[in-house]
Formats: sequence, C-alpha cells, structure tokens
Amino acid sequence: MALQYLDFEKPIIELEQKIEELKTFNLGGFTDVEDEINNLEAKKEKLIKDIFKNINSWQITQLSRHPLRPYAMDYIETAAENFIELHGDRRFMDDKAVVGGFCFMNNERVLIIGHQKGRNTKDKMCRNFGMPHPEGYRKAQRLFKLADRYRIPIVTLIDTPGAYPGLGAEERGQSEAIAETIYELLNVNVPVISVIIGEGGSGGALAFGTGNRVLMMEYSVYSVISPEGCASILYKDTSKTEEAANSLKLTAKDLLNESKVIDGIIAEPLGGAHRDPKLAAENLKKAVLENIAELKKYKGEDLRNQRIEKFSKF
Amino acid sequence: MLLFKSKNGKKEQSKPGKVSEGLWIKCPSCSEIIYKKELERNLEVCPKCNYHFRIEAEKRIKMIFDDGSFKELFNDIKPQDLLNFVDTKKYKERLKEDAEKTGLSDAVISGVGKILGIAAAVSVFDFNFMGGSMGRVAGEKIARTFRYAIENKLPVIIFTSSGGARMQEGIYSLMQMSKTVALVSEFNRTGMPYISVLTDPTTGGVSASFATIGDVIIAEPKALIGFAGPRVIEKTIHQSLPEGFQRSEYLLEHGMIDMIVERKNLREVLKKMLTLLINE
Ligand SMILES: [Zn+2]
Repeated sequence: MALQYLDFEKPIIELEQKIEELKTFNLGGFTDVEDEINNLEAKKEKLIKDIFKNINSWQITQLSRHPLRPYAMDYIETAAENFIELHGDRRFMDDKAVVGGFCFMNNERVLIIGHQKGRNTKDKMCRNFGMPHPEGYRKAQRLFKLADRYRIPIVTLIDTPGAYPGLGAEERGQSEAIAETIYELLNVNVPVISVIIGEGGSGGALAFGTGNRVLMMEYSVYSVISPEGCASILYKDTSKTEEAANSLKLTAKDLLNESKVIDGIIAEPLGGAHRDPKLAAENLKKAVLENIAELKKYKGEDLRNQRIEKFSKF
Repeated sequence: MLLFKSKNGKKEQSKPGKVSEGLWIKCPSCSEIIYKKELERNLEVCPKCNYHFRIEAEKRIKMIFDDGSFKELFNDIKPQDLLNFVDTKKYKERLKEDAEKTGLSDAVISGVGKILGIAAAVSVFDFNFMGGSMGRVAGEKIARTFRYAIENKLPVIIFTSSGGARMQEGIYSLMQMSKTVALVSEFNRTGMPYISVLTDPTTGGVSASFATIGDVIIAEPKALIGFAGPRVIEKTIHQSLPEGFQRSEYLLEHGMIDMIVERKNLREVLKKMLTLLINE
C-alpha cells in the first residue's frame, strides 16, 4: 500500500500516533493522562505551524497531489446540495475523468464541472488519474452550453496532472477538444468561477480555467508542465525536480502576487485540505458564492467581454 | 416498415413484454410467472429481474403526473391516408384496427400536467399503436407540445417508445424529423429545459430527431435505443451483435445518455431535475 502521508509530514504523523495510543489507553479517563494528551495536541499544532511556515514549492506540489487530498466529488458532497450528475459527450463515451452536473450551493443554482481522480487503484484506473480524454472536454462543452442557456453560473474544479497522452485521444482530436472548450467557456454569458483544487496541469487544466475569477486553494499548483517533466526536459536531470518546482513559480502565492494569473487564494485548514476536507469545502463554497454574488451584478454580455479582455492581456 | 419488429427476432426482441390477457403473465426476460395485479402494483416492472415492461401512454401519464393534473391537448388531430397506402394491408385498415385495439387515434398523447407540483408540457408515445411510429399526427403533436411550452414558458418532457418513422405516410413521415428538430431549436431559445425520456424501444426516425437532442436524456433500464434495429444490422453485416448492444447501459457507457433511471424513481428524478434547471 502506498504511504498515506508525505515525508515532511512524518513528525506530525508520529505525534498523532502517540496521541491515539494515549487515548486508547485512557478509556478510563485519568486526568493526568488527559493532561498529557492536551499537551501533545498543543505540541502538534505548533509543529504543523512550524513545518508549514517554511514550506517550499516542491512540498506544495506534493501536497497538491496528496493521496488523501479531497477531490472534486468530495468538495461537491460538502459544498453542494441536490447534485445530479450528467454523463456523456453524446458521441463516443462517458469520460469518468471529468464529472459534471447541476446543483444548488445554498440557494444559488450552479453547474459544477470538475476533474475527478480515483482514490483506490481500481478507481484511479477508471478515472484515468484525472486525465481527461477528448470526450471529457466535450461533455463539459455540452454542459457549459446548457448552463449558458439556462443562465446558471458555472464553477469549475480543476485537478489534473494534464491531458492524456494517448493514441485514442489523438485520433479523436484532443487538441481541438481542448481548444473548443476554452472557446466555449470564454463565450458563455454567465458568471464563471474557476478553482484549482489540486493539480493544475497544463492544457488539461486550462480547458476549465478561463473564469471571470480564477481562484486557487492554498496548497494547489498551476503550471505549464510538472516539475518532474521540466527537470527532465529542460534541466536534463531528474534530480533537479525541486529546483524546477521553484523556477516554475507554480504556487498560489506566486501566481497571485507575481504573474497575477489568479485572482484569489482560498485558505486551507491547518496542515492542508486533507486534514479537514469539510472545512476546506466550506471555505471553497464561501469564496465561490461571494464571487458569484459580485459577478451577478454584471450583464451576461459584460461577463463574456470581461473574460475575453482578461485573457487577451496575458 | 418499422425498423423494429416484434416477430421472429432474437429472444429479447421476440417478446416485447406487452402485458397479455389473463390473470398471469410470463416475464419475457426471466420467464417468471407474475400475477398481473402484482405487476401493476410494481409499476409494470418484473419484481424478480427488474425487467421494465412496455406500458401504455395512459399508464405512463398516471404514473408520472400528480393526480388530476394532466390535461390532454391537441387530441383533435387525426391521421389521414394521403398516399392511399397499401402494404400487406391497407393503411386505413391498420389505423382503424389499432384505434379499436388501443382506444387512441394515433401513437402520441400530448398535454400539460404537474410532476410533484411542477408544470410541464408533455408528449408520450404509445407503442401499441402501430409500433409507436411517427407520422404526421405524432410529429404535429410533438411540434405543438414545444410551441405550447414556448407560449406558456414551460419545460418539455417527452417519453418515447417508437420503432421510428411511419413508412405508410412516405415522405411526409420523414419530414416529421426535421419539423420536430426545428421546434426543439425554437424552444431552446426560451432557456427552459427539455428532458427526453427514452423507453423501450426508441429507434429510427424518432431516435434520429427530437429524442436524442434533449438537454438531459434519461433512459429506462435495458431499453433498446439505436438508429437501425439490431436485426437490420445483423442482416447487413452478417454477424451477431454483442450482448447488451444498443441497450441503455451500453448507451450510457458510450456517452449517449445522461442517466438510467428506474421507473419507480422517475417522478422524483424529473422533479429534482426541473427544480435545478428552471431558473426563474
Ligand atoms: Zn423478470
């Protein structure tokens, strides 16, 4: 079984195990043991804060792919009500690397489109590790058009290593599928909020990334290529992954403050979204609803023009 | 004739699962002998294997719409035999026979009704009337359903069960495909949803027109859905078709429909769907 924690999380996990042991031991409720537990809890919180204070780009990249990180459906489960998933591109297949459907967020109707990764081996294969085929993009296009027609805001949840480098995907026009998705999402007359929740991997991510507002979860990344790919192609040295992660400027802070590619950062729970997925989803929901409320002040045509202008500038 | 025939086909096609006379009925899928009253209580779904029997339009309407909320529309439109068509039988005679058999004047009932409180314009096909085939009457009723929905700002739901275009009306039946699609296109400008519910079977000129361009496409389990009927394909390619070919589950996997919904959940799903998609 793969490790469920990252190297730099190891001290936290060890402390947690100790606390767990004490709790099991202390079913009788001895006060001195209770004190010790509280003591260790405080120590744990400080430890996490210390570790996360100096977290680097490569560690953030690892967090964005954490095996326990919440995926699109986890966010939907907490942040949305009455989600009805719709399937298929009406042409070739239902791509399970992309999920989509209409739902309510509080009283707001929204269309959610997201990349979906799998949790266990079988599920991972079925979701193709969150890498869409052309049909995933075409399903999204179909639903974008419906939302546009119904005047329902669109929320995209981005979490993909990238588009799928495969034979069938090329045969069925992967490039056109991505391009057309960008085109459609730029042209709808409703508010569009794009949120990178995990990995924002190149074209596969950008396909859902042309929102009026582009937000990132605190420990997500957004990049034209993975640090590993960059190290191997540009540095010609796979040991340079950490350096590559730094140079790519792929963290939420980099993208907000330096390149200004994104418009906001959604805070994650202490230690990362996987430590409290419910809280992460609540934070996302709040940010999304605030942004929708602001955007609803504009006419549909203006929202479309804002997007065209915004993405013409880069 | 129809692309779909119920005689002498493969096992699945040979027994369309129409409820026959008597107190008991054999399930065409699992061969269980079922008491008809029980079948009825179970919404015409086999309690043992979940086979969804084909049902009359009237029963469908009763199952889906709130009691007393359904009002039939456009029932004054009657079929005509413009071509004086004769195959093994006169078209006029076929019309008369099926009208007597079913109590309907053609294969579609249209109207307006409420699903758990939400109003919708609706058309329902009845397979018992000439295989649910679409001629000028069915096409006109579908078109008027959309027009009525446009005028009254309503969503549209259409339940199909049809072998396709009605050959006995020649080119006029073909033109119903473009007519219905034209009305869907008009309707789509209203921003109201159109939900297409495909039931066993939906093929030919119906599947290749309004039925497969719904905003949301729902199918009942194991319904046969395709353009060419399976026997026509088998005869053309001289190969037998894989198990489950052109069934709802196959279509879902191939990206052609949004979801499969069991009959007992249909009302609830339609209501949820309409609540989400109607944005006043
Ligand atoms: Zn059965």
